[in-house]
Amino acid sequence: MAKAINLSLRDALARDEDVLIFGEDVGTLGGVFRITDGLQKAFGPERVFDTPLAESAIIGVSIGLAIRGFKPVPEIQFDGFIYPAFDQIVSHVAKYRNRTGVSMPITIRVPFGGHIGAVEHHSESPEAYFAHTAGLKVVAPATPGDAYALLQSSINDPDPVIFFEPKARYYLKEEIDTRTEVPIGLARVAREGSGVTVIAYGPTVSVALDAAKAAEKENISLEVIDLRTLSPLDMQTILTSLRKTHRAIVVHEAPVFGGFGGEIVARIADDGFDLLEAPIARIGGMNAPYPPARYEKLYLPDVDRILEAADVALAYG
Amino acid sequence: MADVVQVAPADDPVRPLFSPTGELTAEARSSLGLSPDALRDLYHKMVWIRRTDQEALNLQRQGELGLWGPYQGQEAIHVGTVAALRPTDWIFPSYREFGMGMCRGIDPAEMLKLFRGVSHGPWDPRQYHFAPLVIPVASQVPHGVGYAMGSRFKHSDDVVLTTFGDGATSKGDWHEAMNFAGVFQAPVIFLCQNNRWAISVPLAKQTAGSIAERAQGYGFPGIRIDGNDVLGVFAAIRSAGERARQGGGPYLIEAMTYRMGPHTTSDDPTRYRANSELEHWSTKDPIPRFRQWLESQGLLNEAALAAINREVEVAVEATRNRLRATAAPAPGEAIFGRVYQHPSDSFLEEREEFESSLESN
Repeated sequence: MAKAINLSLRDALARDEDVLIFGEDVGTLGGVFRITDGLQKAFGPERVFDTPLAESAIIGVSIGLAIRGFKPVPEIQFDGFIYPAFDQIVSHVAKYRNRTGVSMPITIRVPFGGHIGAVEHHSESPEAYFAHTAGLKVVAPATPGDAYALLQSSINDPDPVIFFEPKARYYLKEEIDTRTEVPIGLARVAREGSGVTVIAYGPTVSVALDAAKAAEKENISLEVIDLRTLSPLDMQTILTSLRKTHRAIVVHEAPVFGGFGGEIVARIADDGFDLLEAPIARIGGMNAPYPPARYEKLYLPDVDRILEAADVALAYG
Repeated sequence: MADVVQVAPADDPVRPLFSPTGELTAEARSSLGLSPDALRDLYHKMVWIRRTDQEALNLQRQGELGLWGPYQGQEAIHVGTVAALRPTDWIFPSYREFGMGMCRGIDPAEMLKLFRGVSHGPWDPRQYHFAPLVIPVASQVPHGVGYAMGSRFKHSDDVVLTTFGDGATSKGDWHEAMNFAGVFQAPVIFLCQNNRWAISVPLAKQTAGSIAERAQGYGFPGIRIDGNDVLGVFAAIRSAGERARQGGGPYLIEAMTYRMGPHTTSDDPTRYRANSELEHWSTKDPIPRFRQWLESQGLLNEAALAAINREVEVAVEATRNRLRATAAPAPGEAIFGRVYQHPSDSFLEEREEFESSLESN
């Protein structure tokens, strides 16, 4: 996936001279995850550059560059370091067009999620804060192909996008076809099934797929939906699946309390109440700060928790 | 410390124009190259924006505006700044720069829609090269730096001015933006309007050191000047602007002034400052001060003064009438109209539902 994102950035830089990539360590080093490896060498230090260590200004200057006609693609090095930029994102990136009519074609890349054995502030899932903010689009791919295509769609979109990359899945490998387009706002069925719908995004899609494989051995059929975009949310794909399964489980790494899963469940209750034959389960982080690395496996959603929730859902009706 | 940029006196064309206390020197004043008409126009604009400020205060009291933030006392900065820049140089203001916007040609009746509560940003910034009034303190400063970085990348010779108050210099965004500007050699002027009060907190409680001297720490020059002298403001900004235009990089100007009115119409300054302070600053009021100078130079007589006052009264009345005739946009458009350039179907559905709920009521 890391290479797919690198290629997507490379293709965007080559196609459109207004695309700029910048952030902490993205230039000479190529990023702490090497996502921008080689890009400064290929496109020069005025297109791909290191900035001082200041997240709020990284986003703040992105706004000025966007007004100047550029398409900034800033990187925030880790999920837990986005908070200093929160004011610029919420007060300005999200609202500038509403205030002025001037669009903000900014794509903010953020590696997110846990499972990497890191110290504090490197494993967080802050997506709900941004999905809650009107004016932004929030994207979270789960596969290398989707990461390539959705990054293209995000950079081409005239509206601002927060692009969450599941950092623990950077190693995922698959052949990708760079001609495949994936629009923002369209979910996909990652695996077809008939018993329970498992709704996931980003790093939890592969956990859900593993659960579906394990469930198959017990003759339980899970359908896995990969949301791909949180805002706007594709309710049609979810409701189509529920017409078949009548049961749903939502899985994300972020704490369940106030998490994005709550929005999904509420929307299902609004638009699909009659379809349901079981309560909807939410599986995610606990209502506690992300734990020290030694405990993260206990905190994060896993196959067993999904299988247990599926058993409970199937016991209804 | 070879890595540290030392600001050499030769890099600073602004400082020689001023005395050590920030007064424009007599020599610099006499060599500005402004015609008598241009000088009278500076005065005319200061009177115009002050009368509009007073009118806005009246309109707020009459219930035509929800809120007003007066800028009385700071007119020399508003007028001198705009006059010193090219119309294509962008200005990134804070929330009190209504007069600057007027000088940029934005209809004050349009701008007042913001305070009337019918729009968050009633003008297209690209038309006037004047960014929206920004309320979160200091958050506009990195926008100006970003725009200026972009100008450098595009090899354009336009420069940027971003302005803020003394309180803003306490914020992280201000420091981050100053630092970026120094590192990227952005063609940007930082204009601090030090009006001595951040709502109720006086300068001494806001910051312990010099604001102007902070520029040195970011690798570029800064100066403190008399912000109530319109020609001093003009000279400093023009000179700092030309320096930036020629690739000289950023400059910080700390213009000392005084907020003669309340922070906004919701504020009561009698709770935190003595009237004697206002009396003291009234003697430095930029408008009578410049009028006396013009008169002493034989550039303004009774008849010219009366003509300016008449013109201003006509303009202010027309503004009031246009404001009262303002039609508020339809609710669906006001709430949803400009959020996204590419709105999703679900977003459009929410707008549709809202609009049909209005029709059925």
